[in-house]
Amino acid sequence: MEIAVISGKGGTGKSSISAAFATLSEKVVLADCDVDAANLHILFNPSHDEELVYASGHKATINYNLCLNCGLCSNYCRFDAISFQNNKVAISETSCDGCFLCSRVCPSKAISMIRNDKSRMYSGSFRNGKMVYGRLAPGEENSGKLVSIVREKAKQIAAQSSINTIILDGPPGIGCAVISTITGVDHVLIVTEPTISGMHDLQRTVEITAKFNLKTWVLINKYDLNFEMTKQIEVYCNDLGIKTIGKLLFNPQVVEAMINCKSIVEWAPTSDVAEEIRAAYGMIVCNK
Amino acid sequence: MKIAIASGKGGTGKTLVSTNLFYTLQQHGYRVKLIDCDAEEPNDLIFFKGILSKSFCVNQKVPVINEINCTYCGKCHEYCNYNAIFILPPSKVIKVIEDLCHGCGACSAACIYSAITEKDVSLGTVSCFGITEKTSIIEAKINVGIFSPVSVIKAAIKEAGNEGIIILDSPPGTSCPFIQTVATADYVILVTEPTPFGLSDLKQSVETLKTMGKTCGIIINRAGLGNNDIYSYLNQENIPILMEIPFDKTIASHYSKGEIVAKYMPEWQPQFMSMLNSIVEKDGNCSY
Ligand code: SF4
Ligand code: SF4
Ligand code: SF4
Ligand code: SF4
Repeated sequence: MEIAVISGKGGTGKSSISAAFATLSEKVVLADCDVDAANLHILFNPSHDEELVYASGHKATINYNLCLNCGLCSNYCRFDAISFQNNKVAISETSCDGCFLCSRVCPSKAISMIRNDKSRMYSGSFRNGKMVYGRLAPGEENSGKLVSIVREKAKQIAAQSSINTIILDGPPGIGCAVISTITGVDHVLIVTEPTISGMHDLQRTVEITAKFNLKTWVLINKYDLNFEMTKQIEVYCNDLGIKTIGKLLFNPQVVEAMINCKSIVEWAPTSDVAEEIRAAYGMIVCNK
Repeated sequence: MKIAIASGKGGTGKTLVSTNLFYTLQQHGYRVKLIDCDAEEPNDLIFFKGILSKSFCVNQKVPVINEINCTYCGKCHEYCNYNAIFILPPSKVIKVIEDLCHGCGACSAACIYSAITEKDVSLGTVSCFGITEKTSIIEAKINVGIFSPVSVIKAAIKEAGNEGIIILDSPPGTSCPFIQTVATADYVILVTEPTPFGLSDLKQSVETLKTMGKTCGIIINRAGLGNNDIYSYLNQENIPILMEIPFDKTIASHYSKGEIVAKYMPEWQPQFMSMLNSIVEKDGNCSY
């Protein structure tokens, strides 16, 4: 069973909740799909059993010994990555999308394509099972592809080590990385906060889970921040047939747990937050 | 002058800072534009009432194959670096997978049988809202499921022009959308939390900005909640702390209701003003 924990916006406590799920009882495979800002390894300090290079794309570079300065490449580039700087063609690395077109049209073969190979994927063991996480090198895109690889690896490990549950900690937003995280999972848990922006993001997120026809649950974090907004979120979800399976009080112990590299259920197992998360998890797992 | 407000991880208070800085400058009579570049989940408009003055679609080209002219030679498939063209010559099948297409134009350049034309597909919208006579908000918003928000963000930044102070509420993370946004900025403000997750993401953002040669300063949000590791890191890296926003339920509660903190707690305005002045003195030009 795959459970994805996502949240329209970051910082709603999504990772703390994934971490709690990962340490509740049975062994799990925990996959950190927030490849842009992977954090869970900080809490769980997993072993490094395997490292994989992930090539996210290519960047074009010009060999000026061959370049005729004809400008043909810049006419073809659709990403405004090639321009004349001090009367010489130059490629902006940040704008280049790696499409290869310039290298194909260049009459003197002056452009070569360099692979981006700084992104990595790691897998290993942590105290309650196995863990997989990706690390996207700064400035690279295509995180959706890296997420797919992380998920694939997590499934493979789960099968090998006879672990039934995979927890996916998702990225923020509604872009391709999120879609790669949730397609085909058994359950999606959306973690939200009772703020206007939280509500706003929740609506955009529910749009996608509905589009992909996924079993969706909502958990409201720090609900005591704004009771009225909490009510609104509950009503909104209820109208759409989405169950709010938990409401967590703001509790500084959640941050304390993080500082001590523990999940909240490890750090304060009898706290209100830990109890509520345990109940929510029970409800997801029991619902087939 | 362009100031980017960014944060490695989402939800650290980037929107809080962007909207309050915008409001404070507006109150002090500045000509200022706020660009919401968090195109997956734009939220800034929740905080202000504006009048829509202009709105346009940002499009991408996608190839259309004319099967009458097509000889199934396969050259377009070979040129496409994104696997967006599926071809089975023996059964005379050729298909464009639009979700994978980046609109690079390589297939059109490849086809010598004039079998490829192009059509526009929408990636998202840029909307401009007048807030007061001298201030406005420009929002970049992508459609659900778009692989990259970059072109919509670029279009929004371009729409802002160069006049006055331009605040860029940047996308979270350090991947492509973040880079494209901060690349245009004169100064970057990173908003973070004093927690282990916050520090880990901050380090990644700082490293990325260093390689880009960008100057940055830090705002610590929810100060007092967490530990001191972040202060020693900033000290060691010699990065200035521009402001500290304490963990305070009144602030959180205003924010949750979509209210501008600097409006209800005007004592915050001088803090934002002196922050701006210190940035301008050190790093900006004074031509606004
Ligand atoms: S097409 Fe080739 S030769 Fe012409 S300017 Fe570009 S790199 Fe130089
Ligand atoms: S590879 Fe494509 S995006 Fe990059 S510079 Fe060449 S034509 Fe432009
Ligand atoms: S290159 Fe042109 S002719 Fe060849 S398969 Fe593609 S569309 Fe058909
Ligand atoms: S425009 Fe580029 S990405 Fe799209 S199908 Fe053609 S070659 Fe592939």
